Amino acid sequence: MIDITSVLTIFFVVSGIFFLLIGSIGTIRLPDFYSRTHATSKSDTLGMMLIIIGLIIFEGLTINSGKLFLVLMFILLANPIGAHALARAAHNSGLSPSFLDNEKD
Amino acid sequence: MESFFLYSAVILTAIIAVPAYRVIKGPTVFDRLVGTNAIATKTIVLICLIGYVFDRIGMFIDITLAYAILGFIGSLTIAKYFSTTKVRFDD
Repeated sequence: MIDITSVLTIFFVVSGIFFLLIGSIGTIRLPDFYSRTHATSKSDTLGMMLIIIGLIIFEGLTINSGKLFLVLMFILLANPIGAHALARAAHNSGLSPSFLDNEKD
Repeated sequence: MESFFLYSAVILTAIIAVPAYRVIKGPTVFDRLVGTNAIATKTIVLICLIGYVFDRIGMFIDITLAYAILGFIGSLTIAKYFSTTKVRFDD
């Protein structure tokens, strides 16, 4: 028995887990602090929003799906704000980004 | 459907364990902060999935909201502290 809500839930959750995996790999593999903030802000936000959209589709129209929508909006606002605050703190305290010219000497 | 949520929660736990490498071995303090921020934000989704595994989402969603707000406030406070103090980069 295949219904449409289960298919949509599985699609959204699997694609969200894929984007979270990409974000985790980027946290390890990227060479610099300022490029690591890309991995933790953009792809993590997209992956978590996809997973929570899948859970909202699975839940239906109840009070819990309203709370999940609150979590979704909070993630959408808070995660880029946190990454931006960290990057601004690093820039203010004098951490220089690594260019290719800096690595030669 | 509960077994699908269980398997996705297990895979998500393995994904969450990956940025701990950056926390342990980061060159500067900001790399460690990025690692802890990544772990803390992915744990929000993990708590939602655990709520569906145990079929008690009404209880776990409140824990998720409180955890999200506490993690956000902590991250902003640490960023504000490190932007006003001198940080020594030993590289």
